[in-house]
Amino acid sequence: MSATVEAPVAFARGADAEKLIEVVGVSRRFAKRLDFAGKIAAKLGAPLRDEVVHAVDKVDLTIRRGEVVGLVGESGCGKSTLGRMVAGIMPPSDGAILWKGQDRTGLHGKEARAAMLQAQMIFQDPMSSLNPRLKVAEIIGEAPLFHGLTTRAGFSAYVDEQMRRAGLDPAFKARYPHQFSGGQRQRIGIARALAVQPEFLVCDESVAALDVSIQAQVLNLFMRLRQELNLTYLFISHDLGVVEHLSDRVVIMYLGRVVEEAPTETVFARANHPYTQSLLSAVPKIEARKKAFATVKGEIPSPLNPPAGCHFHPRCPHAFDRCRVEIPALQEVAPGHRSRCHLNDLPNHGGQPV
Amino acid sequence: MSATTAGDAPVAKAPRVETPFRRFVSEFFESKIATGALVVFSVIVLVAIFAPLISPQNPYDLAQLDIMDGRLEPGSRNGADTMTYWLGTDDQGRDMLSGIMYGLRISLIVGAGSAIAAALVGASLGMLAAYAGGRTDTVIMRLVDLQLSFPTILSALMILAFLGKGIMNVVLALIVVEWAYYARTVRGTALVERRREYIEAAQCLALPTRRIIFRHLLPNCMPPLIVVGTIQIARAIALEATLSFLGLGVPITEPSLGLLIANGYEYMLSGKYWISFYPGIALLVTIVSINLVGDHLRDVLNPRLKK
Ligand SMILES: Nc1ncnc2c1ncn2[C@@H]1O[C@H](COP(=O)(O)OP(=O)(O)OP(=O)(O)O)[C@@H](O)[C@H]1O
Ligand code: SF4
Ligand SMILES: [Mg+2]
Repeated sequence: MSATVEAPVAFARGADAEKLIEVVGVSRRFAKRLDFAGKIAAKLGAPLRDEVVHAVDKVDLTIRRGEVVGLVGESGCGKSTLGRMVAGIMPPSDGAILWKGQDRTGLHGKEARAAMLQAQMIFQDPMSSLNPRLKVAEIIGEAPLFHGLTTRAGFSAYVDEQMRRAGLDPAFKARYPHQFSGGQRQRIGIARALAVQPEFLVCDESVAALDVSIQAQVLNLFMRLRQELNLTYLFISHDLGVVEHLSDRVVIMYLGRVVEEAPTETVFARANHPYTQSLLSAVPKIEARKKAFATVKGEIPSPLNPPAGCHFHPRCPHAFDRCRVEIPALQEVAPGHRSRCHLNDLPNHGGQPV
Repeated sequence: MSATTAGDAPVAKAPRVETPFRRFVSEFFESKIATGALVVFSVIVLVAIFAPLISPQNPYDLAQLDIMDGRLEPGSRNGADTMTYWLGTDDQGRDMLSGIMYGLRISLIVGAGSAIAAALVGASLGMLAAYAGGRTDTVIMRLVDLQLSFPTILSALMILAFLGKGIMNVVLALIVVEWAYYARTVRGTALVERRREYIEAAQCLALPTRRIIFRHLLPNCMPPLIVVGTIQIARAIALEATLSFLGLGVPITEPSLGLLIANGYEYMLSGKYWISFYPGIALLVTIVSINLVGDHLRDVLNPRLKK
């Protein structure tokens, strides 16, 4: 697969490009409140409390125009939650998400809708992300028609254009989602997102449900569209291998926190954080991607009850006393390379764990 | 790019446009039993609709009834020798065949009317509970629990004892006792459906909540609602029959199937079986055919049960 994925083309991006999205100290908590019986039991002394999951915990992240940022982490670490907040369909519990420097939560009516449309999501499951009761033309064309991006008269031509751009034959537009293959359905989802002319796409595990051969085609489509439409991506995956070929920058999450952030080549050449290193040692080249995480030792701790200090300490081969009590800060270890590990504070460390 | 353009091209697959509805229809008629049940039920509905045109007698017009013809056996001629009572007569000289045809009318109107009204009430509340969540959800679902924890017949009897007899009151009582089934079903489905990614996609596309609920969420919650609705029509018909049998339903001058059965009940042991028997058969066939259609609908509409 990796052989056929085209390398990203160098763009005018990086430190000088406009900041498209700024995630500032964003947290998201999910509370599972006690029901009535539980409350009574708790009053009577039962060890029950409202349970809170810190799905995303004080994340800072900046995405510049034209960038492809890969977001990687194990299942349940909060990738999708962060993606939803960035796309604007879930409000953060704390912190702010700035779109071109502006907080979208203050907007109303037409402006709010226009801002929403700028960021679109491509989902993991190509079947459940399409309404099974609508024809492809309705799926793709509903929102642009509603928002006045096309007219009733121009509807058909507009939909045709979106389908062609996503590599679909417009002749199939009167069909229903169940009549397409997985890869084609994912293209329908892409056409639907692009039909509202967004600048930014959040791809949440967008190829994970597809066959490996189809994955490469869809990834290529993403890269082609990036060039044609000057798109910016947040590309979420649990698989470092998928992200390697697409991303300019990789962000690694562990139990709600960003633990490392660096340009893609740096992550693969000089990963700083022990968690990233264990992920890397688990990435097989080309084949057997499914096993990617089986080799990171130990169980993923419950997000309901994460370990104190550095969340990674129960599984970390380098853990020492400080890790169990103090949360490490996300600090710069090289220009553009940040990591959250106490080892970086040790003298004579040189950025590599001993 | 050129290396992968071939792979990018869509592959022609399905031979013709297959709408979800067409697929559903062809799957439904694969079952001979369900098809048969649907035919039987359609005949029953037609008979009920056209009862005034095809019945030998208007059983609700007391002037047409002759008390002298009371409790005649099936196949007897009437006193004036102008017609044959194919299914006999009841104690008031009412032609049973006509009585059953008109009784079906009442049963179906009460059953379908209460089921549709209960579905509207229940589905709206269920959808509201699922979408609003929180306190609204809690209040609605507690009401549902309360309603479902009472024996249906008991609640219906209490309501009718309070409201008094009459077709409208029976319909009202049935709505009150049945809405909870719809609310529970719709809430359950809507909670599952609203977590699907097409709902998130619609939110991301900045479509208004109203449109998302009615155009995306509700149509996908319809299948279980239709199944429950079908079964509940049968239940409502049976319940109406029970209430009428117990003397709390429709007025005695316009007997429904349940009341016809009740009228003949005292003559069962004296050999005059037909007064209760034929209305009973009509009730049974109606309820069984609706249930067979409903069961098969559930199989066809529930993708998880498919092989
Ligand atoms: N709507 C929600 N209500 C309650 N808890 C939630 C909700 N969404 C996510 N969570 C919890 O938040 C945590 C992070 O979930 P999230 O879906 O963001 O993880 P993820 O990294 O996308 O995982 P995966 O790779 O499995 O998709 C999980 O523990 C999950 O159970
Ligand atoms: S802070 Fe400690 S436990 Fe955490 S990754 Fe670094 S060495 Fe391991
Ligand atoms: Mg996810």
